[in-house]
Amino acid sequence: MLNWTIWSALLDGTWITVQITVLAALLGTSLSIVSGLAGLSPVPPVRWVNRIYVDFFRGTSALVQLYWMFFVLPLLGVTISAFMSAVIVLGLNMGSYGSEVVRGAVKAVPRGQTEASIALNLTALDRMRYVIFPQAVVAMLPPYGNLLIELLKGTALVSLITLSDITFEAQKLRVNGSASTLELLGLALVIYFVLAQAIAAAIRVSEGALSRDLDVGRGGARRST
Amino acid sequence: MNLDFDLQVAWDSLPLLWKGLQVTLRATFMGIALAAVLGLGLAILRRSESRFISWPTAWFVEFVRSTPLLVQLYVLYFTLPGFGIRLDAFTTGFIGLGVHYAAYMSEVYRAGIESVPRGQWEASTALNLSPVSTWGRVVLPQAVPVVIPALGNYLISMFKDAPLLTAITVVELLGEARAIGSRTFNYTEPITMVGLIFLAISIPASIFVRQLEVRLARRF
Repeated sequence: MLNWTIWSALLDGTWITVQITVLAALLGTSLSIVSGLAGLSPVPPVRWVNRIYVDFFRGTSALVQLYWMFFVLPLLGVTISAFMSAVIVLGLNMGSYGSEVVRGAVKAVPRGQTEASIALNLTALDRMRYVIFPQAVVAMLPPYGNLLIELLKGTALVSLITLSDITFEAQKLRVNGSASTLELLGLALVIYFVLAQAIAAAIRVSEGALSRDLDVGRGGARRST
Repeated sequence: MNLDFDLQVAWDSLPLLWKGLQVTLRATFMGIALAAVLGLGLAILRRSESRFISWPTAWFVEFVRSTPLLVQLYVLYFTLPGFGIRLDAFTTGFIGLGVHYAAYMSEVYRAGIESVPRGQWEASTALNLSPVSTWGRVVLPQAVPVVIPALGNYLISMFKDAPLLTAITVVELLGEARAIGSRTFNYTEPITMVGLIFLAISIPASIFVRQLEVRLARRF
């Protein structure tokens, strides 16, 4: 039977999952922007360093990265809590995928926008800040939403490095025999599903809000051809 | 404190890691084969005219896509025996990978199917083709080639997700590394080697897929 003890344990787990997701998303989002713009840098070494970061994190398994942080860093003399390792690894991971999203969206802004900004004598920074980026953001949002959901799903891995997230709590209750396995794991899945739907809804709302004043994306004015 | 990376230890761990890698690759290839077939099935079911088929399919796909693979693996591993289905950990593992990625694949197939012009369907109706011939001889031959690069990308993603099978006791690449670590207290070398092995395989593989994509784009 599902009683209050079980609910409270799963809710505690949910809180940990949410915390890790939010913190890793903050790190991942910042890294996506920095790395995405670095990928477009006119300076070759900046692009090379960025390429190494992106390929490294996209090329290896998130669980292996997590284990490396958790098992290897302490041996190398770096002590870092499991919670921090989780946030850093998941954030770096999301950043490497987000980097490509940002780069693609910025590149997709029509060239005329850049040319017009140059003609208007905007500095490179202002050009990006006021003209290019706001338009690119609209195109970034749908894939960004998918990345957030992937991140949320990825947080389940932290249960393997002893953090008590939803998955960990469900597993613990299962081992204790507090309720049937199917009920517990099913409930855990439903919690993830609800969180994922909440992210998807938040993205849809922001997409509408951000594209309202632009002539691109959902809800924007129709472009005359 | 073990500050340095012992090349000898790294070298000695290779035979066991090679064994683990074979398990990982086997799970990945069997998983992608299952995902390719099951994904197509889901995509076709989702287009069914009966809502009693298309809605549950859509929900299933959405649910599988938005919940963690790890928990899905636990569900398969710990609850199937309760229903009298006893599978070994490896089989459970590749089925879990296959079902998870089938949900993603079904969306790709759906896009492929939708890219087939309406006229093709109408022509099939006009020629009085059965649903089986319409799908098998008209729609799918045009829809599937579009899917191939995506299949390649999911193959690489699945390869990177395969270490999760270690959580349901499959001794694959990462599992071997952990086993070496707990036996010799050397975690640094085996786990680092696992990371390098992943890079050595997935970077060339993704370059290959990108080129395949360019080639196919030129042909179709």
